Order: sequence, then C-alpha cells, then structure tokens
Amino acid sequence: MSNVLINAPKTAKSGELIELKALIMHPMETGFRPGTNGRIIPRNIIQRFVATWNGEEIFSMAFSPAIAANPFVSFFVVARQSGTVELHWTGDEGFDVKEQVAIAVG
Amino acid sequence: MTSRAAIALLIAAFAASYALAQGSDDKRRSGYQDMGEALQKMQDDDSANPGMLFVQLGRQLWDKKAGSADKACADCHAIAVMKGVAARYPAIPQGADTPLDLEGRINLCRTEQQRGAPFPPEDQELLALEAWVAYQSRGEPIAPPDDPRLAPFRAQGEALFRLRRGQLDLSCAICHDDNAGKKLAGATIPQGHPNGYPVYRLEWQTLGSLKRRLRNCLFGIRAETPAWSAPDYVALELYLMQRARGLPIEVPAVRP
Repeated sequence: MSNVLINAPKTAKSGELIELKALIMHPMETGFRPGTNGRIIPRNIIQRFVATWNGEEIFSMAFSPAIAANPFVSFFVVARQSGTVELHWTGDEGFDVKEQVAIAVG
Repeated sequence: MTSRAAIALLIAAFAASYALAQGSDDKRRSGYQDMGEALQKMQDDDSANPGMLFVQLGRQLWDKKAGSADKACADCHAIAVMKGVAARYPAIPQGADTPLDLEGRINLCRTEQQRGAPFPPEDQELLALEAWVAYQSRGEPIAPPDDPRLAPFRAQGEALFRLRRGQLDLSCAICHDDNAGKKLAGATIPQGHPNGYPVYRLEWQTLGSLKRRLRNCLFGIRAETPAWSAPDYVALELYLMQRARGLPIEVPAVRP
C-alpha cells in the first residue's frame, strides 16, 4: 500500500516559481544494520525519484542509504502550462510508486 | 482554505490553547516549546510532518475489515465520535475493572469485536490506528476522567514516577520535575508530558508509543524495563496525563 503526501498548488500564474513538496512512507533500510538475529538486514531503499510535467522531466534525484526513513523531497519549478505533474519513486524490492497532481496555469 | 492559512490557524490555535492552559503560575511546557524552530515548523506543516503518513494509513485501516468477524472499526464507530477520546485515556472500559491505554483499548476491540489476533507492541498498523484516533483530539486539552476507580492506579503511577531505580539511581521526577529545562549533554530536558503520543521521533525514524518512550528512559538510566504488557506503563500514563491536564493534544507530534 503506497502512502504519499503531496503539497502542490492547484493553480499558478504563468511564469510563477512554485514549490512542490512530497513525503513518502518508506523504511529506507540501509543494508548495514544487523537484525535481532545478528544477520544483516538486506538493503531496502528508494533509488530514484523523478518528477515530470506533462511527460517532460523537471526534477530527478538519486537516493543513497544515508537518507532517513520516510524521505521528504521539496523542489521549485517555473509554471509554464497547465497539466499533470507525475511523481515517480522506484527502488529496491520492486518498489514502484506513481502519483499525479493536476496544476492549472493561467 | 490554503495550506498556509491552515498552518497559521493551527499555530494560532496552539498558541491560544497554551495560553489558556498556562495561567500565570503554570510553568508547564509541552516538549514542543523546547524544540528548535525547524522541528516546530516540521510538526506544524501537515505536508512535512512524517507522522501524517501514519495518520493517513490509520484512516485507511479504520475502514478496512479485519478478523474472523470481518468487521471494520468504522462499522461500529463514526470517527467523529473519537474526538476527545485520546484526551481522556487511559480509562476503565465498560465491564472491566482495570484501566487501559488507547492501544490497549484498540486491541480489546480487535480481539472482542473483530475476533482477530491482537497487534504486537509497536506494530505499525496499531500505531497508525492509534494516531488516527488521537488525531481527532488534536488541539483538545487533556482532560483525565474523574472516575474514582482510577485513583489507586494514578497513585501507583505517581509512586513509580518518584521511584529511584537503575544503576544511575534516578527517578523520572529527578530529571523531569527537578531538572527540566536544564541540559543533558546537548539536549534540553523536557518536562515529559504525554500530549503528543504516538510521536514521530526522528531518532526512531518512525512513529512510536509512550510505552516505547518510557522504556527508552528506563534503559537510559540502566534500569530493568518491565514487560510490554506490565500494568506499570498504564499507571504511569495515568499520572502523566493528570500532571499534563489542560495541555493540548498535539498528535502527530514530532520530537527529536
């Protein structure tokens, strides 16, 4: 079950700088910690986050094991045209979550 | 309402309820007031507060059928009825004679009504449900019930609060009554109020219960930690809620 909180404005003026914020539930297990049985818990992290606006990439980042659980990402973008922003997280153990928000630019 | 206005309103509501809770002689402070500005902002912004992920999960679980009775929480309780519940728990449920904390109460429904296996301690689903229930009381002042049957348990809780124990021979009161506001290494010692639980603690990188926090302190003073099911925790919580009477519920709070 994916669990995401996105904070994006519903409307923006053309050329306006807007902030997009996204929080996702994920353990970000480093792969360095031993469990209660002494064995290393296998790494389970998000590897990549990509944001696209009407299909065009506007922001991406690579994650590392040093990033805390339930990572929060915030970035700025200039609003050019109405459309859909898609946020896409992919990672270990087949983690694949896509969320969309519509932004009207006028 | 824009999210910015909502945040401003929330901050104003917190400030107002603190002012209300704290007459001029009242020196009580929520742990919130001892945190840095960045953490306070994180708690106040519902889209940056990671505890809100658990609230959201709890909202989904509330409507999900579970157990062999195939019943969801929502089949019996409208969520609106849960307003104020977290502000008065622990309490003695109908037909029982010992008090239960909120997670105990959820587990009671789980076994009696849903006929499922009880959640283990610190189970993510249990914490999420607890957060969703307690979230309904956000901003409500803590109001322990006047039930006279609670008095002996509360007195036992106070005795535990003042009991010196562990290799460091400390009691809860020595740090959180006598030395609150001073520094322990780099951190300010909080007064230890239970108004934000379950809290998202950055050190844990997850939501955790008051029980987990109490065990943390006991471990810190190198004392023996009672079993998860021990009645000591509920007794302590009863006393702590009495001690924090009037402070607003902050769930989901963020703490360092």
